[in-house]
Amino acid sequence: MTMFEPQIMCFLCKWCTSAAADAAGTSRMHYAPNNVNLRVMCSSRIDPQHILYAFKEGADGVFIGGCHPGDCHYVEGNYKTLRRVTLFKKILQDLGIDPKRLRLEWISAAEGKKYAETMDEFASQIQALGPLQLKEKALAREVVKDE
Amino acid sequence: MTAKKTDKKDKKDKRIGLFVCHCGVNIAGVVDVEKVAETMKDYPGVSFSANYVYMCSDPGQQMIIDTIKEKHLDGIIVAACSPTLHEKTFQEAARLAGLNPYQIEIANIREQDSWVHTDKAKATKKAVKIVKSHVAKALQNESLEPVKVDVNRRALIIGGGVSGLQAALDIADHGYEVILVEKNPSIGGKMIQLSETFPTLDCSQCILTPKMVEVSRHPRIKLLTYHEVDSVSGFVGNFKVKIRKKPRYVDETLCNLCGECEKVCPQVVSDEFNMGLAFRKAIYMPFPQAIPGTYTLDAEHCLGLTPVRCGKCKDVCDKKAIDYDMKETIIEEEVGAVVVATGYDLYTMQAIGEYGGEKYEDVINGLEFERILSASGPTGGVIRRPSDGQVPKSIVFVQCTGSRDTEKHNPYCSKICCMYTAKHAMMYRHRVPDGQATVFYIDVRTGGKAFDEFYQRTIEEDRVLYIRGKVSKIFKEGDKLIVWGVDTLTGKKVEVEADMVVLAMAMVKADGVMDLLKKLKIATDIHGFLAEAHPKLRPVESLNAGFYLAGCAHGPKDIPEAVAQASAAAAKVGDLFAQKELSHDPTIVPVNDELCSGCGICISMCPYSARSLDLERGVAVVNEILCEGCGACAAACPCGAAQQRNQTDSQIYSMLTAMLGE
Repeated sequence: MTMFEPQIMCFLCKWCTSAAADAAGTSRMHYAPNNVNLRVMCSSRIDPQHILYAFKEGADGVFIGGCHPGDCHYVEGNYKTLRRVTLFKKILQDLGIDPKRLRLEWISAAEGKKYAETMDEFASQIQALGPLQLKEKALAREVVKDE
Repeated sequence: MTAKKTDKKDKKDKRIGLFVCHCGVNIAGVVDVEKVAETMKDYPGVSFSANYVYMCSDPGQQMIIDTIKEKHLDGIIVAACSPTLHEKTFQEAARLAGLNPYQIEIANIREQDSWVHTDKAKATKKAVKIVKSHVAKALQNESLEPVKVDVNRRALIIGGGVSGLQAALDIADHGYEVILVEKNPSIGGKMIQLSETFPTLDCSQCILTPKMVEVSRHPRIKLLTYHEVDSVSGFVGNFKVKIRKKPRYVDETLCNLCGECEKVCPQVVSDEFNMGLAFRKAIYMPFPQAIPGTYTLDAEHCLGLTPVRCGKCKDVCDKKAIDYDMKETIIEEEVGAVVVATGYDLYTMQAIGEYGGEKYEDVINGLEFERILSASGPTGGVIRRPSDGQVPKSIVFVQCTGSRDTEKHNPYCSKICCMYTAKHAMMYRHRVPDGQATVFYIDVRTGGKAFDEFYQRTIEEDRVLYIRGKVSKIFKEGDKLIVWGVDTLTGKKVEVEADMVVLAMAMVKADGVMDLLKKLKIATDIHGFLAEAHPKLRPVESLNAGFYLAGCAHGPKDIPEAVAQASAAAAKVGDLFAQKELSHDPTIVPVNDELCSGCGICISMCPYSARSLDLERGVAVVNEILCEGCGACAAACPCGAAQQRNQTDSQIYSMLTAMLGE
């Protein structure tokens, strides 16, 4: 049996976590190729709707990486992200999506190793949760309704 | 001031070029670059797709330039290394080919793909996804031009201490006009109150007064003492400042310092310049070398301003300089940069009750001891204790009073106390050779040029006793002060009898400065000291563009450091003023008036105060110079009216679909 390969959508802030992802590359740290990255200027640019959209489009897990508290390039963007993500996890629960599928981490530009390790760890965590298949489930429900 | 948007093409008509880089084997060793280029050839929007061994090489760049021209490309994707490395290189190449640099996308398939994965098929698949997402974004990119704005080449300096004076002189010497605002009647700050300065023992007044005179005579410095900044609005290069002129009740242009008014004034009050150790009249000059050289009438204590007028000083003034009807006025100025040099204050005695600073006259702080040491001070430089004027035969100096105490007081080191305590103890031993000086310390920190040598001299030549340990209590027995402490090197309790105790109080934010900083909207750290834009790389700039920091307002520091920082801030102001016009990244978050409901949520999101409400139109407006493009407002806007240029919600959704949904 082939293992389920999760799709992980990463939103990375330009100043810290995207730089950490670059640092992991420069140091040739290997991790599972389950993720695709979208670089934003600040983690606070991420609207909960983006996260939901990523799940809808087939992501099994969504990762958000920002600067450590106090280190935000834009003073306090990461605190805004923290508040939004905390609240949004409750909404995910109500929507029937396991909040563990959404992960927020502070990874500084110097922490390439932490980034690589987090990617592997999150991938295996999502692997254990299994596929989300939001789109498929939604389509199936449509079929039931039609009948 | 608005960014120009040009040649906005419908995304369906856009012609995108893709250039996949091998980076030798760095990318091509893992990612099948030819396959990526081949797969993408027929992807919607892609008009050209190629791969090349080193895109960043001259031939690689030439290939980009030629292809843009030949194929009439509207946008390009370079799939290569991280954008932090060559984004500028490829933007410049595109510019040479006549393409707007904001039409360039860098797909990172090296640091975030080939270098971190080993499975070639999977890494290639991932590279395709990454490239697709950038095509999706590129199809919706707008051509942008940097936002341009003029610079007003005048600087405002807030604070007339040594930092403010140095910054003012430097900026004025660069050839720019300076407005220096000081809230007190004279410039000079804390430094003018000091006696000697460590480690050279220069007379503080002797080295500062020439600078004060230079400032007052400089043709490009407008000196506004007894003024306070009321408000600052606008943005970098274009600030509008309101300055409140406090009534001095003495016309400084007429006052000839004859001093007759002071002689007849019946009101005797505590003298702030001498830290309350002496008295002055209600009409006074703070100190003999005060600049501007004029008397000031202290309305709070004057009898004449009450309905039953005393009027004695006015009667004796030959020059008719005294005017009881002087009113507060507001002056407006326009400047391009603001240097904040608001200084510090000492931690209050009340905060540490067990040391008895409030109860006992002979427990004093470091600045009071400076006045006692000073030749211009209340005792003419003879060390006498405040209670009875006796020469103290034993003084205990307590370092770190209120500093380095994470539990009750300030967790930080006040930095200068080790050195000034050594100086105090040394000066005391010089002037009272049979006196005993004892210093309680936690650590002695003497990092600085010739600092440790000075400290060694205090111990070896002047035989000051240093006890490593903290003081628990100070109380009075008879006419002696008893200091209880611990010697942590022997582990024993210590009791020292003293005639006087000098507490090296922590340096804290200047009294009342928070109101001002709120008006300036600049950030502080948790202790109320100014926050720098970057602790290593931008130490003299505030995160708010156009504001610069100097001196102890930014944190405890000694005179040379404060002066160096002031000069650095002045140099940074010079950088700003040397620009013809200011340009700013245009990838900001504008407001779509048609969608905006005027709810104001975005305004509360903005850390830069770049957004405000246009009450007339009921919509949010953005100051494009202040907006740094973080996008926090875009994520919060419930109407989709706030959209970040070249990273709109639509672009993000298209990228997600391209990466996940296909």
